[in-house]
Amino acid sequence: MEKPKELKAAYQNEAILTEKLTKVFCTRSSSITALQDINLSVKDGEFLCIVGPSGCGKTTFLRILAGLEKQTSGKVYMISKNPEKPLTSMVFQGDSVFPWMTVRENVEYGLRMRGVPAKERREIAMKYIKLMGLSRFADAFPCQLSGGMKQRINVARAFVNDPEILLMDEPFGALDEQNRLILQQELLKIWEGTGKTSLFITHSIDEALILGDRVLVMTAHPGRIKAIVSVDIPRPRDILLLRSSPRFAQLYRNIWHLLQEEVTKASAREFAI
Amino acid sequence: MSMVEERIHKTFGRVIVKEEKGDIKSKAWASRGFLLKILTFLSPSLLLILWEILAGFHMIDVRLFSSPSRIFAALIPMLYSGELFYHTMVSTQRIVLGFLAGAFPGVVLGLSMGLFPPVRASLMPMVAATFPIPKLAIMPLILIIFGLGEASKVFTIAIGVFYLVLINTMAGVLNIDNIYLDVAKNFGASRFQFYTTVALPGALPMIFAGFKLGMGTALLLIVAAELSAAKAGVGWMVWRAYDMFDIEKMFVALITMAFLGYVFSCMLDLLERIVIPWKSQKN
Ligand SMILES: Nc1ncnc2c1ncn2[C@@H]1O[C@H](COP(=O)(O)OP(=O)(O)O)[C@@H](O)[C@H]1O
Ligand SMILES: [Mg+2]
Repeated sequence: MEKPKELKAAYQNEAILTEKLTKVFCTRSSSITALQDINLSVKDGEFLCIVGPSGCGKTTFLRILAGLEKQTSGKVYMISKNPEKPLTSMVFQGDSVFPWMTVRENVEYGLRMRGVPAKERREIAMKYIKLMGLSRFADAFPCQLSGGMKQRINVARAFVNDPEILLMDEPFGALDEQNRLILQQELLKIWEGTGKTSLFITHSIDEALILGDRVLVMTAHPGRIKAIVSVDIPRPRDILLLRSSPRFAQLYRNIWHLLQEEVTKASAREFAI
Repeated sequence: MSMVEERIHKTFGRVIVKEEKGDIKSKAWASRGFLLKILTFLSPSLLLILWEILAGFHMIDVRLFSSPSRIFAALIPMLYSGELFYHTMVSTQRIVLGFLAGAFPGVVLGLSMGLFPPVRASLMPMVAATFPIPKLAIMPLILIIFGLGEASKVFTIAIGVFYLVLINTMAGVLNIDNIYLDVAKNFGASRFQFYTTVALPGALPMIFAGFKLGMGTALLLIVAAELSAAKAGVGWMVWRAYDMFDIEKMFVALITMAFLGYVFSCMLDLLERIVIPWKSQKN
């Protein structure tokens, strides 16, 4: 990943730029093009939601941005405005909370790795633990908590780290409806307070429209950008009001039509195999 | 039948009623737990009584199988004279030293083999080739190399413990879910931080499983190690009793070993609860 100086000047409003980003996974028998020619620009302070059929390369895209995976070809520019801050923090898909650390130790993890003094990181961590409604469990181990609470730790851990870019991979995917609604509300509240550049993968169109400034719809096999839909619903947003607004329904239908094609294509391909 | 039930009954003919009185601490369960506890004490006691009776009526040969009362009679003077304590201490020292000498390098090498593929690739063939050799078969070699003193006994135990701890530790590291490695990387953990916050705690449950297996092997090997060129120890007591045909003393030594094994496993359990608190809180 490169961060040349002239780009920084030219793209003052951008946080992420990708140019012909391509990722091919080679297995012994075959090769899978997970991402092909992704050209995307994410504005500074934007909340971008990514939807697409499963296996279309959403996770792979985030992992490349997080530096956990290398692209096969193409370029990624991450435009850092605040070099003291960590560049990215990821909320991983699935249970990624360390079982051997207490809730607080988990939430503090990023700060501890950066050498923030114990007292200071405790204060910051406790603030987010409170925000997530986990105060009672700060010193408990995750195995004593429900899946929903673990997911809150997962989200808090990334927020506490205060990165320039937040990467969230279906953070609420495994939650029940009530918990999801509560966490979406929390996330909106926290995010609208910080205005942090965020990429958010979800399989729920609802969720994408509730949270996102734009929704990126992807195609599968190979993973490409199919469309980008702007969500022109003003902030701060109220989830319940928003869901019953005509604009929401319209956008929902738009995205559903885009996705429907892709999902049918994907399942047709599965049958063909 | 209550009024309501009667009415329902008349209307529907068949009513299934499930009712609980709402005692949180069910008496049935409490008494069941108590019964199970009694059983765990009762069954060994019954066996001892049966043994004593059979011996008393000469239905088993007391010269070979002894009897609980005879063993007890042999145990008491050995306890008072301090003889038993002395032999127990000698063996305990060998077991503890051997265990530490085997477990420590086992953990260190197991961690490195789990973490570094080149280390694993270069050492695995040797481990795989030497692991199946029965440790008893190399005892004569150990005696030749380490002499007849304490070193050979400690080493015999150490070598047995070493392999079990090594293999379990390595498996423990290799079994850590990849997602934790990604988390550490994403949150900027340095190499050293990765070892201390992910690799070691992630492998600890398996490391302890290795310790427990190793402790079992250590008790096995102490008998073999004290067979030759020893002048004290519980294992030596067994062989000494064999030479003297002193069945009671032999049983006393066996009981002592069972006791030692129990104490060591309790200590490992305690240590495990302290070192791996997240595991014990699960239940
Ligand atoms: N490490 C890997 N090795 C081989 N193939 C992979 C690997 N990771 C992902 N893939 C493949 O790449 C495609 C995209 O995966 P992923 O990014 O996880 O999809 P999504 O998150 O959109 O469901 C899938 O077809 C998947 O099988
Ligand atoms: Mg995914």
